[in-house]
Amino acid sequence: MTAIVDIRDLQKTYASGHLALSGITLAIAEGEILALLGPNGAGKTTLISTICGLVRPTSGRVTVGGHDIVTDWRAARRMIGLVPQEIALEPFESVAKTVAMSRGLFGLRRDDAAIEQVLTSLTLWDKRDAQIKELSGGMKRRVLIAKALAHEPRVLFLDEPTAGVDVELRRGMWDVVADLKSRGTTIILTTHYIEEAEAIADRIGVIDKGRLQLVEGKSALMARMGRKELRIALRAPLAAVPDQLLGRVTLADGGLTLVYGYDTRADRTGITTLLADLATEGIVLRDLSTRQSSLEEIFLSLLAAGQESAA
Amino acid sequence: MNWPAVTVIYRQEMARFRRTILQSFVSPVLSTSLYFVVFGTAIGSRIPTIEGNSYGAFIVPGLIMLSVMTQSLSNASFAIYFPKFVGSVYEVLSAPVGVAEIVLGYVGAAATKSLFIGVVILGTAALFVDLTIAHPGAMLAFLVLTCVAFALMGFIIGLWAGNFEQLQLIPLLIVTPLIFLGGAFYSISMLPPFWQGVSLFNPVVWLISGFRWSFFGAADVPVAASLVAIALFLAVCLGVIAWIFRTGWRLRA
Repeated sequence: MTAIVDIRDLQKTYASGHLALSGITLAIAEGEILALLGPNGAGKTTLISTICGLVRPTSGRVTVGGHDIVTDWRAARRMIGLVPQEIALEPFESVAKTVAMSRGLFGLRRDDAAIEQVLTSLTLWDKRDAQIKELSGGMKRRVLIAKALAHEPRVLFLDEPTAGVDVELRRGMWDVVADLKSRGTTIILTTHYIEEAEAIADRIGVIDKGRLQLVEGKSALMARMGRKELRIALRAPLAAVPDQLLGRVTLADGGLTLVYGYDTRADRTGITTLLADLATEGIVLRDLSTRQSSLEEIFLSLLAAGQESAA
Repeated sequence: MNWPAVTVIYRQEMARFRRTILQSFVSPVLSTSLYFVVFGTAIGSRIPTIEGNSYGAFIVPGLIMLSVMTQSLSNASFAIYFPKFVGSVYEVLSAPVGVAEIVLGYVGAAATKSLFIGVVILGTAALFVDLTIAHPGAMLAFLVLTCVAFALMGFIIGLWAGNFEQLQLIPLLIVTPLIFLGGAFYSISMLPPFWQGVSLFNPVVWLISGFRWSFFGAADVPVAASLVAIALFLAVCLGVIAWIFRTGWRLRA
C-alpha cells in the first residue's frame, strides 16, 4: 500500500489548553475513501484542518504525497483540495469566477475548459454567471466542491459534506464522491452520519476525544463487530420460551417471533442446533430472516467500550 | 513565487472595486469639489497666499493625501477582513500561497484603487485651481509610496479586527485626527513654536510635507526626512505583517 497521506503521532493542543488531537497515526492509501466518524468535538475537523494548513500541529509529522506539510508546505498543499464544513463563499462573486480563482490560488494558469468541466460535473454550468448569494444551500455546497476540485487535487478532504442537506442532495453528493474515486482521487471525509460512511467508505476511522479509536476496512469492521440476528416467525404463538431454549432465544411480537442473536465471527453459530431443537420441541416455523447490525450500532458499542475502559 | 495566485487575488479585489465604481469615483470627486467650494472659494478668498500659493492650490496636496490615506486604509482593511468575516479566507490559508503573494495581491489592489482616487482628485482639483507640479516624478513616487504604506497599515488593521466596529476604530480615532493635524489644510509653520514641535511627532506631517514639496518646491521638513519617514513606515508595516503570518496570529489556530 502506498500511503498518499501519512500521519505520524500528530498532536494538537490549542492555546486554551484543550487537547484536540492526541497521538494520531494513520496512513491513507492512494485512491481509497476513508470516513472519519466521531461525535461533535472529537477532533475530526482539527485533524483535517491541520493537514490542510489551517491549524498548526503541536507535534508530530504529516506528509502528503511524500511532502511534509510544514517544511514542504507548498508542494503538499498543491495536492490537496478542501471542502470546509461551513459554507464560506464571497457572496458577490459569480460561480465561474470564484472557481477560477481557486485554480489560480493553487498556482495553475487560467483554463476555461477545465473550469467548464468541473462545473458541468457538478451540474453548475447553467449557474456559472450567477452570484453566489442567489444560489440555494445545496448549490453553494456544490460550489465549494467545485472550488476544491478546480486545481485537480489528488487528495480531497470533505468536512461533513452532507451536514444539514436533504436526502436527495446527500445521495447526489455520494455520486460525486463515487465519480471522483473512479478517477483515482483519494477522499477523506468526516461525518457523523453512519449511513454515509457505510454507503461510500472503503475504510472507517473512529475518532473520540482526539484519539483514533480504530481504523478498519468497512466490511472487515462490520464482519468483526457485526452481530447478526436470526428472527424466526412461528405459526402459533408461544406463551413462554421452552425450557430447552431458555437463555438462547427471546420472544417477540406477542410470542409469534423467536429472536436469536449470534456472532458472525464464531466458528459455530449454533443455528443448526437451534433449528434441530425447535423441531424436537415440535415448533412449526413460518419464516426466517436475518439482519446484520449497522455501523451505527457498532459505533455506539465502540464508544461505550471506550468510556468503560476510561472509567 | 506563486504568480497565478497573486494575479487572481489582485483581480478579485479589483473586481470588487469595479462593482462599486460609481461610489469609488463619484464620492471623491464630490467631496473634493465640496472642499474647494468651502475652503478654496468661501473661506480661501479671505486667506492670504501661503508660501506664494493661493489657499485653494495650497490645500490640493493635503486633500489628495487625506483621501489617499483614508481610502488605502479602508480598502485594504476591508479586503482581508471580509474574507475572514464570511469564512472564505480558509481557501487562501490552505492554498500554496505565502505571505508575499497575499500582500502583493491584497495590498497591491488596495493601493491601486487609492492611487486611482488620488489621480481623480488631482484631476478634479485642476478644474478649480491653477496647478503646477514642480517635481512630477517625486510627486508620483510620494503618492505611490503613501498608497502602499497606508494599504499595508490597513491590511494589518483588517487582520487584527474582530468585528466591523474595530475595523473603523483605528482609522476614525487615530489616523483621521493625525491627518487633519498633520498639515493637510495648513502649513505647520503657521502654528506657535510649541505646537510646531509637537507636530513633528505626527508621522503624517512628514508625509504631507514631502508630497507638498513635490508640488510647490517648499516643505515644512526636509524632503530627505520625508523619504526616510515613509521608508520607516513601510518597513514597520512589512515587519508586522511578516510577524503575523509567521505566528499565525488571528489567522491560524
